[in-house]
Amino acid sequence: MSLYAIRTEHLSRAFGTLRAVDDLNLEVPAGIIFGFLGPNGAGKTTTIRLLLGLLPPTTGTAFVLGYDVRTQADAVRARCGALLEHTGLYERLSAEDNLEFFGRVARLPRAERRARIRQLLTDVGLWERRAEPIATWSRGMKQKLAIARALLHRPALLFLDEPTAGLDALAAAALREDLAALARQEGITIFLTTHNLTEAERLCQQVAVIREGRLLAVGSPEALRRQRQAPVHVVTTGLSPAVLEGLRATFGAEVVQPGAADGHLVLNLGPQQSAAAVVAYLVRQGVAVEEVRREGASLETVFLNLVQENEHGI
Amino acid sequence: MGYDIQTMLWKEWKELFARRAAGRGTLLSTLIILGMLGVFLPLQVGADWFTQPLTLIVWAWLPIFLTLGMVTDSFAGERERHTLETLLSTRLPDAAILLGKLLAAVLYGWSVAVLSLLLAALTLNLALKNGPYFYAPGFLAAALGFSLLSTGLFAGLGVLASLRAATARQAYQRLSLLLLVFYFLPFGVQFLPTDLRLRLLDALMRLDLASVAVGVMGVLLVLNLAVLSLCFRRFQRARLLLD
Repeated sequence: MSLYAIRTEHLSRAFGTLRAVDDLNLEVPAGIIFGFLGPNGAGKTTTIRLLLGLLPPTTGTAFVLGYDVRTQADAVRARCGALLEHTGLYERLSAEDNLEFFGRVARLPRAERRARIRQLLTDVGLWERRAEPIATWSRGMKQKLAIARALLHRPALLFLDEPTAGLDALAAAALREDLAALARQEGITIFLTTHNLTEAERLCQQVAVIREGRLLAVGSPEALRRQRQAPVHVVTTGLSPAVLEGLRATFGAEVVQPGAADGHLVLNLGPQQSAAAVVAYLVRQGVAVEEVRREGASLETVFLNLVQENEHGI
Repeated sequence: MGYDIQTMLWKEWKELFARRAAGRGTLLSTLIILGMLGVFLPLQVGADWFTQPLTLIVWAWLPIFLTLGMVTDSFAGERERHTLETLLSTRLPDAAILLGKLLAAVLYGWSVAVLSLLLAALTLNLALKNGPYFYAPGFLAAALGFSLLSTGLFAGLGVLASLRAATARQAYQRLSLLLLVFYFLPFGVQFLPTDLRLRLLDALMRLDLASVAVGVMGVLLVLNLAVLSLCFRRFQRARLLLD
């Protein structure tokens, strides 16, 4: 199998003058949970549709599990599972009949189909309710069933489009646990789009940030956090406007909260600047440093910075 | 391909009869139709039922009405209930999805028609003396052929409407309008000049029923193939998602 589950080269898709996906170059290693993050309308769903061969790209190419999505879309769809924007379940049918249908679609032999349906429904805690029509089920239960449906044919790659959207916090947490466990058990690659950055941070080994169809950053959550350092909080006495000016000039630091009055200073330092150098400078200027604190940047901070920078053309 | 079509048929029929309320509704309406056309009407008409051209018209129209709801719901309904994209993201080939949905409707309508036809024969044999009675082979073949081809044609038109409609209701309205046009078409004859009407009538009178039946079925077959090929041309996953 290819080293990469997904590889795109200059992939673009336009709708009239709107470029929903714009020159996307992406490599998703096989066997990981990959988070695809972006605000509403960023192009996440269009990217999934392109990767499943449901929409033809305007330009560029994409290979999914080694198959070209332009010319081998059937092979891609046969090997991928998908939980798209909606659950895609037939509400008039029972849970078991829904899975029976998708098992037949995947051409699973009867005995294997029956065993797999039982195993998955048991795994997601729905086996006892298998004969009920799902129309009356809660959104959380339907979402679990939809994930079971997407995993039914043991796909090598699973696309999940906002799988916890619309779920309450408890249901979302339970679903995240199920997802992580299922991914471990099945050993598959998961391509996950989400708004929930905590979710991405907990689940994903790698994430990419997209906005207006363009890729802004890609890497592990740790690597992205390292690139985007969090502000440094310094509590001092004897801080003067001249020292603040000196900080700006010497370190190119952005003084987020100039605390000449209360001595509490918040600084944004560049990736190459260390907090230790700032402290040494302050001491040299006769400022007493009482506390220095640098919180780890969350993925949310990284995401918001990236989106804001892109918005302001930085 | 055969297995994939069968899978779609399984799902469509399961959906038709599965939902408790809708399932009862479908079963009840099927029984009413069987009662009307398999018992009540044949008893009114008597032994002529086996030879009257009216019987052919009944069996040409009946399955059409039975399939209207199914075909207009085929794609527009899936779109409305947000199941279409998931269905399209499976490995099922285009032809299997399209033919599966089409055949599910046609076979349902046609099998009810065939059942009515047989039930009518049973009813009349039980009710009338001097039997046994049955349809002449040519008449039976015409009845079966007409009903199959007319159902196929309107099912194809229904699927065509459903492929592009936003809702099943919109597709149903479009197909109903088309049906009305077909229904009122014969009334257009009265607007023809009198001598033309007389010549037309004379020509029709000289034709034998068998030739008319074969001719009409030939036309229906060609129309069926044309509509089916249009359906295939319209079935494009990207368009279905973006429409």
